[in-house]
Amino acid sequence: MEFLQPSSWAEAVEAKAAHPGAVPVAGGTDVMVELNFDRRRPAALLDLTRVPELAAWSEHEGRVRLGAAITYACVIDELNDRLPGLAMASRTVGSPQIRNRGTIGGNLGAASPAGDAHPALLATDAEVEVESVRGVRVVPVGEFYTGVKRNALEPDELIAGIWVTPPRGPQQFAKIGTRNAMVISVAAFGLALHPDRRQVGTGIGSAAPTPRRAPDAAAFLAAALEDAGLWESRGDLPESLAREFGARVRGAAAPIDDVRGTASYRLHALAVMARRTLAWAWSDYQKAA
Amino acid sequence: MRITTTVNGERREVDDVWEGESLLYVLRERMGLPGSKNACEQGECGSCTVMLDGVPVCACLVAAGQAEGREVVTVEGLADPDALHPVQTAFVDAGAVQCGFCTPGLVVAAADLLQRSPRPSDPEIREALAGNLCRCTGYEKILDAVRLAADRMAGAEVAR
Repeated sequence: MEFLQPSSWAEAVEAKAAHPGAVPVAGGTDVMVELNFDRRRPAALLDLTRVPELAAWSEHEGRVRLGAAITYACVIDELNDRLPGLAMASRTVGSPQIRNRGTIGGNLGAASPAGDAHPALLATDAEVEVESVRGVRVVPVGEFYTGVKRNALEPDELIAGIWVTPPRGPQQFAKIGTRNAMVISVAAFGLALHPDRRQVGTGIGSAAPTPRRAPDAAAFLAAALEDAGLWESRGDLPESLAREFGARVRGAAAPIDDVRGTASYRLHALAVMARRTLAWAWSDYQKAA
Repeated sequence: MRITTTVNGERREVDDVWEGESLLYVLRERMGLPGSKNACEQGECGSCTVMLDGVPVCACLVAAGQAEGREVVTVEGLADPDALHPVQTAFVDAGAVQCGFCTPGLVVAAADLLQRSPRPSDPEIREALAGNLCRCTGYEKILDAVRLAADRMAGAEVAR
């Protein structure tokens, strides 16, 4: 096995072009498990922990660009005000040790349906900046997940960064598992209200082959809020509306039975989490008036 | 490959490291530092917790090559030559050690917590130790030990 250790982003992109089979590794929270358990023997590891460009975040014209190797701990400590939904999701990841190492780019690279960052990224219409020696392209996060643990990266491409627009409205995240710490989600839901564009963002985790949105539920809720004038009035949300939203989120999922839970439990939990996150977000929206 | 790293303040160099090897394996099997324990090898149990450039991490999830040129502190590096670290003493005094397998990881995580937050609340202690499993389930005494260490370290600070 080769251990490639680029010290700049340009070197990293060149190394990936020269070794398309190399497995990128940053926090190691997924890759090292596969190596430790003999599940994977790549021809090369591409260590990204010495690429300074990947470990920085910045703001450009009102948007935040996260370097791919930004850790969950960094999102929690430095970006809670700008990216509250992603910070909420980050706080539920693993343990302090895991949050110190695991990265948002790594979550995208692994593309597990259970990745905690995905619902928040979907709800906020994040974009993934990928690069190769052939150039840069930007993939909307909804198109990034292509199958179970598969993503839209070509063999010579690396994730450079993630673009997220800080919210104009409230964001919420809920995740259910067997305990509070060190838990892979049984189901998760991310919600973002976008009052500026009268839209609703959603993200479902652990309840389909890929992370996915609930577009019908989002359109239903946005239209119902519009029809009742609730975006302006910030009046109380009818209970029936929250229930219907939950039911439609459940309708968007396609879970399976596995060791962590049954499909029917996941569907039920999603409907409950969607209803609750909407209640929390609406309460935040009313308070922010 | 060759790895050069600073471990517990000492420059260490090891050869013939396999590229897919973990920092934990290098510490235990190549450097003779068996304090960090090898249990789950997937970051679930925290028994291999070490400080990497001042941040607590699971050594089993750090590729050996990623530690090149970095600074590692293991449980062996916490004590002074003539005195245990206050967290270690508190674990002994509070009876926070049963089989002892999880102890090194918990001691490193607790020492890191008290360095960042000298007077942690109970929820803070629980959160800081959430990544360290004790299969003997001796958590109450472990919490007692962290509180005791915090009290003693704060007292020592005042006395100074």
